[in-house]
Amino acid sequence: MTAKLRSSLLAPALAIAFSALLCAIALLISGANPASALGVMIGQVGEGQVAVDIVNSTAIYMLAALAAAIGFQMNLLNIGVEGQYRIGALVAAIVGSALVLPPVLHWLVILLVAAVAGATWALLPAILKVTRGVHEVLSTIMMNAIAFGLAAYLIRRDQFGILIGNNVSTEPIPESGQVPGIDLGARGTVFGLVFLAVVAAAVYGVVMKRTRFGFELRASGESPTAAAAGGVNAKRMIVVSLLVSGAVGGLVGMPEILGRDHAYTLNFASGYGFAGLGIALLGRNHPVGIAFGSLLWAFLEKAKVALDNVGVPREIATIMQGAIVISVVVAYEIVKRMDLAAEQRRVGRALGTAEPAEADAGGAR
Amino acid sequence: MTDSTGSASGRAPAVALTGITKRFPGVVANSDVHLTVRSGEVHALCGENGAGKSTLMKILYGMQAPDEGTIEVNGSPVRFKSPAEAIKAGIGMVHQHFMLADNLTVLENVVLGAEDLHGIGKRARARVRELAGATGLDVDPDTLVERLGVADRQRVEILKVLYRGARIVILDEPTAVLVPQEVAELFDTLRAMRADGYTFLFISHKLDEVRAIADTVTVIRRGTTVGTVDPSTVSSRQLAEMMVGSQLPSPETRTSTVTDREVLRVENLTLRTPDGRALLDSLDLVVRAGEVLGVAGVEGNGQTELVETIMGMRRAATGRILLGGKDVTRSGTLARREAGIGYIPEDRTRHGLLLTQPLWANRILGHQTRRPAARGALLDVAGARLDTERIVEEFDVRTPGIDVAAASLSGGNQQKLVVGRELSGNPVLLIASHPTRGVDVGAQAAIWDHIRAARADGLAVLLVSADLDELIGLSDSIKVMLRGRFVADADPATVTPEDLGSAMTGAGEVDAEGHLVVDRTEEGDKG
Repeated sequence: MTAKLRSSLLAPALAIAFSALLCAIALLISGANPASALGVMIGQVGEGQVAVDIVNSTAIYMLAALAAAIGFQMNLLNIGVEGQYRIGALVAAIVGSALVLPPVLHWLVILLVAAVAGATWALLPAILKVTRGVHEVLSTIMMNAIAFGLAAYLIRRDQFGILIGNNVSTEPIPESGQVPGIDLGARGTVFGLVFLAVVAAAVYGVVMKRTRFGFELRASGESPTAAAAGGVNAKRMIVVSLLVSGAVGGLVGMPEILGRDHAYTLNFASGYGFAGLGIALLGRNHPVGIAFGSLLWAFLEKAKVALDNVGVPREIATIMQGAIVISVVVAYEIVKRMDLAAEQRRVGRALGTAEPAEADAGGAR
Repeated sequence: MTDSTGSASGRAPAVALTGITKRFPGVVANSDVHLTVRSGEVHALCGENGAGKSTLMKILYGMQAPDEGTIEVNGSPVRFKSPAEAIKAGIGMVHQHFMLADNLTVLENVVLGAEDLHGIGKRARARVRELAGATGLDVDPDTLVERLGVADRQRVEILKVLYRGARIVILDEPTAVLVPQEVAELFDTLRAMRADGYTFLFISHKLDEVRAIADTVTVIRRGTTVGTVDPSTVSSRQLAEMMVGSQLPSPETRTSTVTDREVLRVENLTLRTPDGRALLDSLDLVVRAGEVLGVAGVEGNGQTELVETIMGMRRAATGRILLGGKDVTRSGTLARREAGIGYIPEDRTRHGLLLTQPLWANRILGHQTRRPAARGALLDVAGARLDTERIVEEFDVRTPGIDVAAASLSGGNQQKLVVGRELSGNPVLLIASHPTRGVDVGAQAAIWDHIRAARADGLAVLLVSADLDELIGLSDSIKVMLRGRFVADADPATVTPEDLGSAMTGAGEVDAEGHLVVDRTEEGDKG
């Protein structure tokens, strides 16, 4: 067990060290001091509301990464999280502002609406995949483009948009539909829905490890043929996993909408879905890995502002994010192969073999 | 039957492998292999699946480097780092699975990747025609490959390696995909080319074919060469004994346990390809409790499709499948498994196991809705682990523990795990597809024992196997399958492997009731 733990920590450690090295080299080439750049980024965490921002962003990234990971578990690349969370947020904001419900129930309904909207956005790629064999990467990318267009259209002032100050947004969600946060005064407010991300990660972990659904999902991912022979209905698994992935994707925008903006505005953040794909890779679809990956991502994202102060282009943080993902993918593959080969050798040794080659199969040991 | 091969004496052998050893983690695939192929002969390399034939050929073809040993081609030692170097030395390989681009013409396929030899224009065309004419590999260079049948595709593959200058051609189970007439045509081609001085290394485990074409046979067993013989001086039986080892474990069942309770009934089952060709053609069969029904046939005649249709992995066009009197034709694979079908797939790594998962997780596969692996929607990991321990114990799976990945076990132990799992949960029917393929003799005997014991307890077994001794020894009755149909019935008490073999190629005689006519007088000397 400890050997297993060691090898599962080895890969990300190697990857992060390697990508840090890459960034240090990039910084040195551009004439900056890597140590001082890292120093100001860490120092930035203590400034103003940055620490709270990091926590809030971590939760958002976790949701996005969980959505991506559900697909990854069975080798479905749901690139469409980006579109699913945008549609989820927009529909939830529109419906949420129109409903009149008591507190708690109101925002629970809004969450449900967001999840259903996200799942609906994933439905078409799922149907296309199982009936026509259309690859989900293509269809979800196209659904992303449609989502952007649709969102831009629906928020027009002749549709659901209204002018607030000099920003166009949907009708604000009444207070009963807002999720209260934890107010830390000058440090900012932690979104209440940070706990949604934690719960989602925990549920995801239990479902993957302990339920029949999770087992079938992972089996389909590892070997579709063996899963089929074992009675796993491949088409059903594709539809269900894409829909669940889309539903979780639909929730990605909710911490910001219900905790801060209370409406879908023109400034609604984009890019969480794509970040989620990278973080899911970084965390190897493991809930704890995803949590740490999200934290690292959020840190790089929020602390990079400080780099400008020491004359370092802040894009170096983006380079680092990319370098981490690539290094992790490579490092995991290498460590996985090493582990398997080591285990095969270990089994061979334990049985005193070269069994298939040497004559007396019955005489081993 | 076979031509004499005198011409080669004095010349250096075309290929000489000496002391070749190749280790993979935990497994020795080849150990001290010696193989000498004379120039201008057809040399057959025989052995069971998993005996190490493919690894050896990959080494000769430069796809893998040997850990020990030397390779000589035409007398000079070589060390290939890639197939490209092997091709340069005049060695070509025709793979069992064709590697052709369907949407290109024959000429384009032949020239693809070898454009620097004769360009892509007139000279290339002339060279292809010349080769085709000289070797009798008659295919129109301008036909699209997608229009060609299997035999013609194989010709294109052979042309490809000849175009690249091969004088030594490795044929990896070339007859597996061919019908008997096509096999005869292929052999005619090979004989003509042999007369022109080409050398062939012919990989096969079909002894009658080997005896028909080869000048020399080398037998490989469990990774090492056990002998080289002249096929005209040994019988198929002797070759078979060399392949499986002298002890030749007997799979005989004898005392009948057949009851009259029907477990599986298949009626008028037909399965078609998308373009309407029948893979299974109006099949009927019944398996009763305590009965082993064997299905014999050359691979690729519909056995795989039959098994996968009964398992619900393919949808039949017409017909019914009844399990214990209940119609399961429309049920999914899981429902059929829950109704009590166990399934030993022919390819355990593709269909039987999750290779990177631990053994206990593999225990769950196929049982994810049933005790002891699950409780409702939740997995019962403790229960699965406990039952995996039981399988490891009862089925003698050699492993240091149940937390190792399935991939780290040897083939025989993987198979024992699969057999143990499929016999768990009191199945009423076992579909066993090549249950002892590629496993060592010890594991083979153990698997036979377990199937026999389960049969005595009233299990119905549908057994598909290419190992005729296994079929005859385990089955209570045998059906012979050819091109998607059952063409003959045989009684395992009286039939010989030779009789079955000829029935499998469509040569056997069948009486009015569909029973194979067994004629004792022509034992052993066909052809």
